[in-house]
Amino acid sequence: MSILHTVNKSPFDRNSLESCVRLAAKGGAVLMIEDGVYGAMKGTSKSEVVSNAMNDLTFYVLGPDLKARGVDESKLIDGIKVVDYNGFVNLTVENDKVQSWL
Amino acid sequence: MKLSIQVNEGPYNHEASVTALNYTKAALEAGHEIFRVFFYHDGVNNGTRYTTPPQDDMHIANSWSELADKHGLDLVVCVAAAQRRGIVDEGEQERNGKDGNNIAPGFRISGLGQLIEAGIQSERLVVFGD
Repeated sequence: MSILHTVNKSPFDRNSLESCVRLAAKGGAVLMIEDGVYGAMKGTSKSEVVSNAMNDLTFYVLGPDLKARGVDESKLIDGIKVVDYNGFVNLTVENDKVQSWL
Repeated sequence: MKLSIQVNEGPYNHEASVTALNYTKAALEAGHEIFRVFFYHDGVNNGTRYTTPPQDDMHIANSWSELADKHGLDLVVCVAAAQRRGIVDEGEQERNGKDGNNIAPGFRISGLGQLIEAGIQSERLVVFGD
């Protein structure tokens, strides 16, 4: 069984990304949305939260929310997949459950 | 697939109302069924027709009403959260002796059981908010 986890707060604001990555079961998917997209940037003090977990989890980021914040896709940690809202819907359908880390 | 949405944030807290709205639109466009949208906590503030943002602002409350009208969505506002925040329909107006009501078109006020039912009846429950 796979779970889609959504994280909507910046890792510099809350610890929800770290909690999610610590507790998510192997094979799960993590989608960063809203201010959560800051967790997808490379070269920050929180980048390792994601990069260290990439063998166990698949990471996605919501493209429109990146764009709204002026974060270019070239600034993302390698291996993170960018999805649009249609991709977000598909992720909720493809996984068995959705867990929002609020 | 049958989906339900829970919105815990008002239209002017952070971004979750708009995220939920965009998600709901995308799901409908992809042919999925939205069983219910449940507004909880500050999310009930999405359901007042008295919201009057500047004309060049996105009108989030109206967007929900328009989407409900177009797709026959069931938009449910939690009654206890609504009472605390002054979201009132005709029934609540009469019951609590208020001088008016403000529920937006397409929304209805009901209980938490509606959220539980949505969770049981839907294949996925997607939560947006704070």
